[in-house]
Amino acid sequence: MSTTVVDLKMGQRGIIKECADDILPIKLLELGCLPGNEIEMIQIAPLRDPIYVNVNGSHIAIRRSTARLILVDILEDA
Amino acid sequence: MSKNINVALIGNPNTGKTSVFNQLTGLKQKVGNYPGITVEKKEGVCKLPRGVKAHILDLPGTYSLNTTSLDESVVVELLLNRNDKDFPDVVVVISDVENLKRNLLLFTQIKDLRIPAILVINMADRMRRKGITLDVALLEKKLDTKIALVSMRKNTGIEKIKELIADYKNLSTKPNVDTTVIAPDYFERLKKTFPNEDLYKLWLVITQDVNFMPIEKKTIPDTSSFSTKSKSELKRLQQKETILRYQFINGILKEAYKVDLKVARGFRATLDKILTHKVFGYLIFFIILLTIFQAIYDWSSYPMDFIDEQFAAASEWVKDSLPPGVFTNLIAEGILAGIGGIVIFIPQIAFLFLFISLLEESGYMSRVVFLMDRVMRPFGLSGKSVVPLISGTACAIPAVMATRNIENWKERLITILVTPFTTCSARLPVYLIIIALVIPEGRFIGLSYQALTLMLLYLIGFMAALFSAMILHKILDIKSRSFFVIEMPNYKLPLLKNVAYTVIEKTKSFVYGAGKIILAISIVLWFLGSNGYSDRFTKAEDLVKQRISEKGFTVYNQEDISKKMEAYRETLEDRQAMDRSQLLDSLALKKDSLEKRAVRQEIASFKLENSYIGNIGKAIEPLVKPLGYDWKIGIAVLTSFAAREVFVGTLATIYSVGNDEEETIKNRMAAEVNPGTDKPLFNLASGISLLLFYAFAMQCMSTLAVVKRETNSWKWPLAQLSIMSTFAYIIALVAYQILK
Repeated sequence: MSTTVVDLKMGQRGIIKECADDILPIKLLELGCLPGNEIEMIQIAPLRDPIYVNVNGSHIAIRRSTARLILVDILEDA
Repeated sequence: MSKNINVALIGNPNTGKTSVFNQLTGLKQKVGNYPGITVEKKEGVCKLPRGVKAHILDLPGTYSLNTTSLDESVVVELLLNRNDKDFPDVVVVISDVENLKRNLLLFTQIKDLRIPAILVINMADRMRRKGITLDVALLEKKLDTKIALVSMRKNTGIEKIKELIADYKNLSTKPNVDTTVIAPDYFERLKKTFPNEDLYKLWLVITQDVNFMPIEKKTIPDTSSFSTKSKSELKRLQQKETILRYQFINGILKEAYKVDLKVARGFRATLDKILTHKVFGYLIFFIILLTIFQAIYDWSSYPMDFIDEQFAAASEWVKDSLPPGVFTNLIAEGILAGIGGIVIFIPQIAFLFLFISLLEESGYMSRVVFLMDRVMRPFGLSGKSVVPLISGTACAIPAVMATRNIENWKERLITILVTPFTTCSARLPVYLIIIALVIPEGRFIGLSYQALTLMLLYLIGFMAALFSAMILHKILDIKSRSFFVIEMPNYKLPLLKNVAYTVIEKTKSFVYGAGKIILAISIVLWFLGSNGYSDRFTKAEDLVKQRISEKGFTVYNQEDISKKMEAYRETLEDRQAMDRSQLLDSLALKKDSLEKRAVRQEIASFKLENSYIGNIGKAIEPLVKPLGYDWKIGIAVLTSFAAREVFVGTLATIYSVGNDEEETIKNRMAAEVNPGTDKPLFNLASGISLLLFYAFAMQCMSTLAVVKRETNSWKWPLAQLSIMSTFAYIIALVAYQILK
């Protein structure tokens, strides 16, 4: 099973592996949601949705359904 | 030599674009709509060095030229159309030093269209705190442009921007990035088909058509015949383009832009932890809401009362100082009352937008959207609808105006359509007086029935709004972006100048936009209420005086006069120093003035009964009878379509009691008997029916006028008026028939 952005815990970071580019809104790509960039989970809303991430310096909130389209490699903090 | 040039401001949201616009134009700005759509168009004029006058256009915020919304397509269409009268001689791209990388994406796209472009890097004051160092000269060289490093907060750099604009002829128009490398074959074919056109421009036309909506092709090359790529292929190419641009930008920034990450963190993270916390986050939001509520509901009542008094006084003054006649009445009761009805909303609008712009400017609004999004989603709304819906509890007018922050048109329309269901402050006087009349006193686990009823009415309003939103979400067939990406901007201290401009601009747009319609309807209502065709209207004065001399005052007025005389006599007798003849004189004087007043009131009542409005009221009596009302309540309900709070005033006139004493009106209403049933006219059944009618019916022409303005069509306000009022009618009917 592949890990996506929703699998990140609060404060955890990951490297974007792949985006479902057909469905993912182009706006996200423009904000820096591109393969190779780092993404950090900053906050999860009280009802678990939406989530608040920092990707490539852009602080954005997206819904879980969108976050599932972004595959990541989780960075284990030393 | 003086000449005019066109300047367009373009930038990502939250870069301080509006601040730059405000600084350049001052109050010489004009806000309107683009023809046919509801995207705001802000223009202004700025004097530049060397006698150049610049026409400044503030374009909607956008992240790129890849359009996904109506706002963004305005930007793209302007930039693609060299014959547009607003086509810029020079584009000023506003960026934010902290998000420079992302901001440059848009800059390179504009540069590639070969339009002269200046780069403004704003928020220079934050560089030190964020550990950022920037090599402006190197950046200018690599991007092949001129840069102004400015801080709108510290007021530095605005002269530099003006100078660069005035000097626009020296800007290079060479593109930054060669987009054709993403699909060489494709662009080669494109070049063969349209040999005279710029390739990047063609590419934008094609992607705009596929991704969003076809643009008008009058002066733009028609590429619709050239479709050799599928939608998803195009999207992949757009992704490739984005990556290509980021490669270019990263290459430049690696040398010119450095961030010391150790300095950068801290404040924002801490504040985010608190403000989006699952307990404190909601608590803080709740407290802020309470404050807003208090301001609109309570604090604004002082200026509102003042305005009310001033207009009443002005109206009196006109009546006293102009020769009596139709013209004087038109001014005093039609026009002045109409203008008063517009001006009275200014305090509420100003307060709401004061808070909203403070929340927006500080960056807090995005956190509210984040917190509330999940809660609103089952109803087809998003976090962005929360503030308009809740401020509707004070007044629907500013609330509808506040929906401008919702970019998704379908969501915005739904919010506009359902907001009038929330219990606004104009319903309150109606609720209070009817609850006092029909709901028995007494308590249920410590809470009074009356208070519970009022709370229930507020709840009903919210429920009606949310459930109709759910239904509208299902039935409205409007294509719009369905995804949700909200930028969470950095926290900033609001710039007072921007806040002030927002408040002034919103107030102005209400007064001039909706004001005209409100004034027109007030004049019509005044005309209908103060004119009649029958003899009974024209000879009202004689008829009433005759009736009084034959039969005396109405029972109610007789009792009222004798009660007041008794009270007056007692107060006089308490004062010792008065002999008997003095006492009798005073009493006679008082009686005379009370009787004169009673005559005036009875004439007014009789006139209203026989005016056009009165005739209409009697004509619709069969319609309102099943709801438990008589023709008098019918008239009050009818005039309430101007504004709900008119209900009490109209009843006061019909029952010929002074308008000023709430207690008197209530007693008079309680004494009213339904001639059909011999029971009190205001009983539990008819009272509940009235309450429910007011809860659901769309009775506010000011809101309708604002909805017309915000949706740019009469279709939606008329739908609101008819659907809400029909629904109200049915519910009130059912309630009365069950409770009767």
